[in-house]
Order: sequence, then structure tokens, then C-alpha cells
Amino acid sequence: MSVRITYCTDVEKSVLTNNFERRGWLQVGPDEDWNFYWAGAQTCRTLFSVDSGYRMNDNQLISHFPSHYELTRKDLLVKNIKRYRRELERDGSILAERDGTGRYVHLDFLPTSFMLPADYNLFVEEFRRCPNTTWILKPAGRSQGIGIFLVNKLAQIKKWSRDNKGSFNPSLVKDTYVIARYIDNPLLIGGKKFDLRLYVLVTSYRPLKAYMHKLGFCRFCTVRYDASGQDLDNMFVHLTNVSIQKHGEEYNSIHGGKWPVRTLRLYLESTRGKTKTDKLFWDMEWLLVHSLIAVAPIMASDRHCFECYGYDIIIDDQLKPWLIEVNASPSLTSTTANDRILKHKLIDDTLNVVLPPDGVPNVHWNKVPTPDRYGDYELLVDEELHQLQQEHQQHHGTGAAAPPAGAGQAAGASAAGSTAGAFKAKYGDKYSNPRWK
Amino acid sequence: MQSNAAVVAALAAELQAADFYPPLLADVKVSWERRLVKCVNSMAAELGLPLARRRSEKERSAVADKWAELSTIDTDLSQIRPVYAPKDFLEVLASLRNPNYDESYEENLWGMIQLPIKVRDHKGLVGVLGELATCCHHLGLDENAPGELRPHLTLGAERLMLATQVVERNHGPLSRELLKHGCPVGLRGALWRQVLGVEIGPKQEEHFEHLRQLVLDHDLLVDRLVMKDVQLTASNDDEYFVFEDLLHQVLLCFSRDSAVLRHFDHSPASPALAAPQGASPTAYTLVAYPPAGVIPFHGFAMYAAPLTCVYEDPMPLYFTFREMYCRYWSLLHVISSHSQGAAALAMQFEQLLQSTERQLWYHCSALGINLCSIVFRWLVRAFSGYLRPDQLLQLWDAVLAYGTLEVLPVLALAIVSFRRQNLMDVTAQQAAEAVLADISNIQVVALLKLALSGDRTHDLDT
Repeated sequence: MSVRITYCTDVEKSVLTNNFERRGWLQVGPDEDWNFYWAGAQTCRTLFSVDSGYRMNDNQLISHFPSHYELTRKDLLVKNIKRYRRELERDGSILAERDGTGRYVHLDFLPTSFMLPADYNLFVEEFRRCPNTTWILKPAGRSQGIGIFLVNKLAQIKKWSRDNKGSFNPSLVKDTYVIARYIDNPLLIGGKKFDLRLYVLVTSYRPLKAYMHKLGFCRFCTVRYDASGQDLDNMFVHLTNVSIQKHGEEYNSIHGGKWPVRTLRLYLESTRGKTKTDKLFWDMEWLLVHSLIAVAPIMASDRHCFECYGYDIIIDDQLKPWLIEVNASPSLTSTTANDRILKHKLIDDTLNVVLPPDGVPNVHWNKVPTPDRYGDYELLVDEELHQLQQEHQQHHGTGAAAPPAGAGQAAGASAAGSTAGAFKAKYGDKYSNPRWK
Repeated sequence: MQSNAAVVAALAAELQAADFYPPLLADVKVSWERRLVKCVNSMAAELGLPLARRRSEKERSAVADKWAELSTIDTDLSQIRPVYAPKDFLEVLASLRNPNYDESYEENLWGMIQLPIKVRDHKGLVGVLGELATCCHHLGLDENAPGELRPHLTLGAERLMLATQVVERNHGPLSRELLKHGCPVGLRGALWRQVLGVEIGPKQEEHFEHLRQLVLDHDLLVDRLVMKDVQLTASNDDEYFVFEDLLHQVLLCFSRDSAVLRHFDHSPASPALAAPQGASPTAYTLVAYPPAGVIPFHGFAMYAAPLTCVYEDPMPLYFTFREMYCRYWSLLHVISSHSQGAAALAMQFEQLLQSTERQLWYHCSALGINLCSIVFRWLVRAFSGYLRPDQLLQLWDAVLAYGTLEVLPVLALAIVSFRRQNLMDVTAQQAAEAVLADISNIQVVALLKLALSGDRTHDLDT
């Protein structure tokens, strides 16, 4: 069957159009008959809204979930993760175990956060409990470091609220802010602060299917980090967003302050040892998976959708990863030559994973690509694949975990770890024994 | 019976008396080294700066304050040009001709380097590095394979256990033996130090602090060359830019370390010399300048850059770098007939190409494509900056494990062979350069094994 696939995009980026054209796809307008829509998040929401009256056919695929904001809006992310923990606790799950100080042992990957103005009183209580903490305020619905500032005195918040809206009367304030504990002990490399950008592809929420791309990178601040707290106003020290750092004097346009995650791994393994490094990377996968599990039940898991998220993570000096935020539309602009290669590969791999083997979008496909189509993606979790594997084991005794025919031969062949197992196969130990290390 | 000491002494005397290089090469070497010194001098004159001067108290404290961020020190580097680049160096090497060569029957006349140096052929290299090809499990290749002794572990885990025990023994030769089969990343720092005999103790601490004081005390013109070089290379490198401040520290200390001079005792190179201000240059007034006697060239910083991925602390980084430089890298930018000097390695590459990749060699020579000039920049930098750091460190593992730089031309050959098909398709130098422009996805160990496996001179005649 040789069907010419039609695509449509309202994100005119060369990494996208190059990829589509290389596949011989034909560009059409949004009102025409498209198979594949790389849409802006807003476009997708509009399309799925009741008013639009648009009905997708079986051969259409779109690059967002309509309710992605449950994960990508800073306030909703906080809310959902808190709810997820509460639910687990209510069910008596060992995942929700807490230590002596009330911290979650396994799910403490989000810095303590509150919504402003809604949680103002809770925040003040927390602030009084640990007065020497620096807090970071971010507008809930903005990105690229806009409107972010740091505070370490309650008076600053009060002044800010006066300057802005007059009061913290929730009915008067339109913009929700998230105030989060600032990670003031970040891991420094070469004396500078950095955060991680990891790309995570979700092809389905129920059952959950997610992949992590290997070509993540670290984004470095151009100015040395000063922990004394005197430099609260110098955003070049604190924020790693390229859109901010670009305006610094020290910005280097050849590497753009981006450092490959694999070099980070090499560096950490050389200087801290393999055990600690492996644990850090393991913890990061854990964080990714649980942030997705937390939102999965409330996501509208439409079979026409997939989404590639940009996760921002900060590692502290104890090598503990912290989830900062999730972006629904990670930048596809290429700031450097390496960036272009990376993003081209990211899109190519994404298309390979979301498209059925024959290359034509089809909602009836079970979304279980064979591992040879992963490219630089690694399987994080696939509940369906896992179930298939378990059923297969029951049928054929508990011996060798040969994958079912549907999952493809290669799943078993590449036993080299992560690509092979579904989530529970990989994380199974942790379910049974929370004190895994 | 003669005592061992006497034998050694006699041998040493004999060696000293022997003409180490042909006189011709010695002349060129001297004039090359003079040229470099002259270049630094004329730069000093042009900029109106002294070669060295004592810093004022104010400057001194300014540098001390910025010790951790030396890259931000405001120095005007816009006028500074690197003294030379590998390309200039190759030109000099390529221009050398031996008047005793009889062109009518000497064979190696097609090559770029025309020097009467004996280098190992493929068979000879297999003899030296063969273990690399034959040892079936190399950590750089089979990390996830089952262990050799404990199949329930991965090779990576098994070797880590083994290496931990080896590190505990603290015995250079043993560590070196282990490196031959690949190095667990987490123990590389310790293993390299042991192989190189680098110890870190109070003495070293004192020495490093002394060097730091020297950096604070004096402003050298060479510092600008160093800073410019870091700026041009490491600071612009995707993998190493993070460590630019660390590199400044290490390299500025290096220029001032007169202990580096000791390596000239058994090196074909000689230190750069200069007379102190006001003195006329005579044999009595000349001193090494910079104190280490090494004038950096374009890319010098890249000898230190990969070590930033191994050591977090500047001190072990510094001493490992110094030792590696003195033992190996210093040979890569001197004019000499040393069997591991730059000329010999380039020639070795050419001869390997001719003997093992005859078709490609023929193709290139027929079309006037010169692969040696492309490969040379890899060799001079020991591939630093061209390969991914993890791969580069594996290459340097092999250099340390086998104690020879001949690994470099072997890898160069392997890369060229690996891209043979693409090179066969091109007809111009520029296109060949494009084929070899990006080698960052090369898998070092796999390629080294490939290049060394079997005697490849046979199958290529077909």
C-alpha cells in the first residue's frame, strides 16, 4: 500500500519539515485531510474542544494530548503529584512510605511547593518552619524563565503581592504562581550550576507507554554559582534557560552552554564512582516514571495522540535529582550545530516510535514498536508490553522470558537491560522491597 | 663478571656519544626551535610587553581572588595569535629531504614524510599491540557481556571488582597489565596515576601551591598564549567548555614548572631559552622561557582537557597531565627521528596505508589526495577534541597500557579504512577532508582491534 502521507504543522521549524520531507510526506493545511499534525499545544486543545466539532479518523496522529497541562503546568503538576502520594498513602502502598521527619522516602523528587495565592497560609507555615530557605517564584503558566524571581524573606513576598495585585485575595489574582523551595545546594561542575533537559516520549497514558531519549543535555549557567545568597537578583547565576543565558555576556554560541548527558555520566562515574552514578540515573528514571503515573489517570488518553516532553531536572550536591518542570513543547530551535543534529535525531526517533511499522498512522495499532525502531529512545515503561510478557510467561512456565510474537523478536534478544523489560519487570524489585539500597 | 651498574653506565655513555639524529634533522630542529622563540620575542615587541614581569600587589590579589575563575580575568587577547598550528608543523616535516636518498631506487617516494626513519610495519605493530586484537574481551567493547570468571555478573562488574583489588596493590606494572584489557571508568584516575608513577602527597601539594604562588607573582607573555589557546580550543568545545577555569589553573601552573625541564634530558627536543631583561643572550644568561621550556602551540590545551573528565581536583589532574606530557605528548610536536616522534608516526601512517589499504592508497595517490595531511592533526593532538571523551580516554588507556604512541597511527589507519568506501568515492582533497571531518562517533577499541586483526596485507591485493 503506497499512500502518500500528508502532514500539517503550525510549528515551522526546519528540524520538523526536514524530517517530514525526508520521509516523502506532503504538506497540507490544517483544514485539509492530514495524517500527521505536529501542532502547538493550543491548537491541539482547540481541536479537541467540544466546540470545534472536529472528528479525527483512524489514520490521524497529533503531537499533543489535549490535557497535557495536567503535567506541564507548574501548579497542576504540583497538585497531581501531591494527590498521587496521598492516594498511595491512603491505599497503604509502600511507595508512600515516609521517614521520621515526614518526608516521602521514595516519592520525594519534587521540591516542596505551594500555589500562590491559594496556598499562601500553608506556605507561611512552612516558611516559618525553615526560615533560612530560599524560595523561587514562578508564574504557573509561563515558560522560558519569564517572570521568575528568588526570595528569602517573607517581607519580599508581601511587598511583591502589594506591588502586583494589592492583596492575596484569590478572587482578585488572575495569575497563579508556584513557590518552590529553591535547590540551593546544586551539584556544581567546573564551579557552575546546570540543569538537565531530558526528552520523554509518551505514546499512551492508559496503558502507560513512555520512552526516554538518550541524547539529553545539561544546560550550564555562564556565571559561577555563588551559594551565599547575595546574588539573588543575578538570574545568570540561577537560571539555566538558554533563552535567558543567551543574553549574558559570556554566552558562547558554539556550544551554547550545552553539555551532553553522556559526558556528565562519564564525569560522575570517574569522579564519584559507578555505584553513585548508576543510582543517580536510576533515580532519574524513577522520577520520570512516577511523574507520569501520577497524571495518567486524569489524562485524556486519546489514541490519536502522542507527546514529547522536555523534562527539566536539577541534581543536588548529594546526587539527588529534583524535578523542576515539564514542558509540553520543548524548543525545537537549534542554537548550535550539535543542537541541530540532536533535534533532528529526536524527531526522527519520535516518528519511528509513534508510527506503526508500515508508516501510516493507525489508531488500531497496539503501539508496541519493536526495539530496533527505538533509535536513541530507551523504554521507560510499557504496561501493555509488560502484561503481554507476563501472560506469555504464564503460558510457557516461568522459565525464560521470551517475548510474545507481538512484541517482536528483538525485545528478548537485546537483553542488555533497559530496552528489554517493561516497567514492572525493570522496577519489580522496588515494588516488593522499598529499601532497595 | 661486570656488575649491572657498570653495564648500564657503559651503555649510557655509548648512547650519549652516538649521533642520535642525523645531523640534517638536528639542524632543522634547532632552526625550528629558534623560530618559535623568535616568534614569541617578536610578539613581545609588537605588543610592547615584557616576556615576564612581577605583578603589582593589587594585580596579585586580583588574580588570587579570581583563582577559581581565571577565564574571566580581563586580558586583551585579541592581538594574540598561536605561535604555530599542527599544519605549520607538518609543512616543516614535509619539507625535509634526505640528500642521501637515491630517488632512483628508494621505494617510499610517494609519501609526504621523506625521512630515513625505521618504523614498525603492520606485522611489527601486531607484535607490540597484538594483545589488543587477540584478548577476546575488552571492557571498551563488551561491558555488558557476561563475565569471564563469573558469568552471572557482567564483564563491567567483574572487571570493576578485579580493578579494585589491583588498585589496592598500588603496583604500576600490574595496573598497566589491567589497562590492556580496558579500564573501569570509576578507577581510571587511580590506575593512570599508578601506571605513570604519579603520587599525590604533601610534597606534591607543596609544589602545586608553590606553582600557584608563581602564577600570582609573575605575569608571563606565554600566559596569554595559553589563555588564547584555551579560549580557541577547550572553551569552544562541546565536551570540555565546562572546565575552562580548571584548565587555566593547570596550564598556567604548567608553564612555570621547571620540573618539566627534566624531561628534556631524555627527549630529542630542547627547552626554549630567553635572556632576562637587560642581559645579552649568552650561554650564561639564557634561562628556560617559560620556566617549563615549552612554548604552547594551537591545541596544546587539549592535552590537558580530557583529564578534566577523570579528575575533579586540580592537583592530581595537574601531576597526571605533567607526567603524560613529559612521557608522551611532548614527542608529538618536536622535530626528531625518534621512533615515536611526530614525523615517525606520520610516516608510519603512510606506510601502513600503503601496505594494508593498497586500493585506497592507489586511489588517493592517483588523484593527488593527501590523507596524511588530514590525519596529522589527529596525531599531533593524540586525537583529543576529535573523539568523544569516553572513547578518547579508552585510546589513552591503550597508550599508557602499551607505553607507545604507535597506537595513534594505528587508529588513524583504522578510521581511514573504516571510511574506505566513502573515500573511494571522492576525487578531491576537499571532499576527502569532508569525509574525515567528523570522527566523533568512532568506537576506538573496535577499530583498533579491526586494524590489528590478522595480517591484512594479503587480502588487499585481491
